[in-house]
Amino acid sequence: MPSLDDLKKRIKSVKSTQKITKAMKMVAAAKLRKAQESAEKGRPYSQKMQNIILNLTKSINDPHNAPRLLVGTGEDKKYLCVVLTADRGLCGGFNSNICKLAKTNFKKILSEGKELNIITVGSKGHDQIKREYGKYVIKKFSFKDKKNISFNEADEVGKEIISLFNQNKFDKCIIFYNNFKNVITQIPQAQQIIPAETKNLKEGNNQNFSYEFEPEEDEILEDLLPKNISTQVFKALLENAASEQGSRMTAMDNATRNAGDLVDKLTIDYNRSRQASITKELIEIISGAESL
Amino acid sequence: MTDMFTIEIISPDQSILKQEVDEVTIPSYEGQMGILNNHIPLITFLRPGIITIKAKAEKKFYVEDGTVEFSNNNLLILTSTARDLANFDKALVNDLLKKTESQLNNTNFTDKDRYKISYKIETLREISQ
Repeated sequence: MPSLDDLKKRIKSVKSTQKITKAMKMVAAAKLRKAQESAEKGRPYSQKMQNIILNLTKSINDPHNAPRLLVGTGEDKKYLCVVLTADRGLCGGFNSNICKLAKTNFKKILSEGKELNIITVGSKGHDQIKREYGKYVIKKFSFKDKKNISFNEADEVGKEIISLFNQNKFDKCIIFYNNFKNVITQIPQAQQIIPAETKNLKEGNNQNFSYEFEPEEDEILEDLLPKNISTQVFKALLENAASEQGSRMTAMDNATRNAGDLVDKLTIDYNRSRQASITKELIEIISGAESL
Repeated sequence: MTDMFTIEIISPDQSILKQEVDEVTIPSYEGQMGILNNHIPLITFLRPGIITIKAKAEKKFYVEDGTVEFSNNNLLILTSTARDLANFDKALVNDLLKKTESQLNNTNFTDKDRYKISYKIETLREISQ
């Protein structure tokens, strides 16, 4: 049985932890609004770009002459996995969920005897992945010192991916990130960006136009495809940023509630043992008086 | 009248403009291009230059690159560099101009880069005057 003083100290410490988690929750909520806004604003750009690419793809008749970024190298041996996570912890299962999904994929790739390369974005993901798959990590990015994610950061990652592709370092590229559905739900996702996945696009937008191209189709594609890679990375980063804040908010909300429950329980314990000691003292006094 | 069509300018972080317009002139990669209502479907991309939008009020945007799609009387411009000329700071223009001019001496550039840079300088000079 802990002493009264111990209980008192314990209650105090839980209460101050609660203050911290509450503050973190509030900060996350404020940041979430901003992040969510920019994630939603960023969506049309990447969607429309996918649309244009889809329209372009349809007009290419000869797949052998199509740009490699679109159709791939024709092989399926080397994989590049880009894992996008946060730079900070204390956001519930956010980082672990992405890593879990990524690791399942790594296992599959390796068990099929294929070559694996990993790029991590965000230090938390790197920490989790290097334990098991450290030797496959070829590059890590961290945007810890950046307050807001801008297109430049995504472009940095995108350019790295493209330069690796041009060096024939991989045949397929998959990115892992959390898709922001709403504040409570974030869905970890694997998306293949090279070769571009066209089957996922909504068929509803599939109007048949004969477009006029200026300059030629392949020249446009050459310009557009690298941009699309960066755009997809940017989209993933934005979704991730919103998910991180949402996830942190939920986690901190839970933590605050838990701390509240704990304080209640400890207060009852404290009152009980205080009462017990008073009763004990009373009994001692009464039985002392009786024996006189 | 139905002589109008919709223009949408979208950058990676936000939607910059969406409105009904009469005519748009874009600096397409192979030259200036004027777009009116009922243009045939078109996909092209931009070189540095100025997008001029004619509606009730005229609007001008500076762009460095971008992709353009026109279909169903919808003009879609995807660009990461659009700036409204109405609030484009002169000092910033000169700054950009200096930076770009210094790039001109870089010998690593391909002809394509050079082509773009020369247009960029020309446009920036025009703005700064």
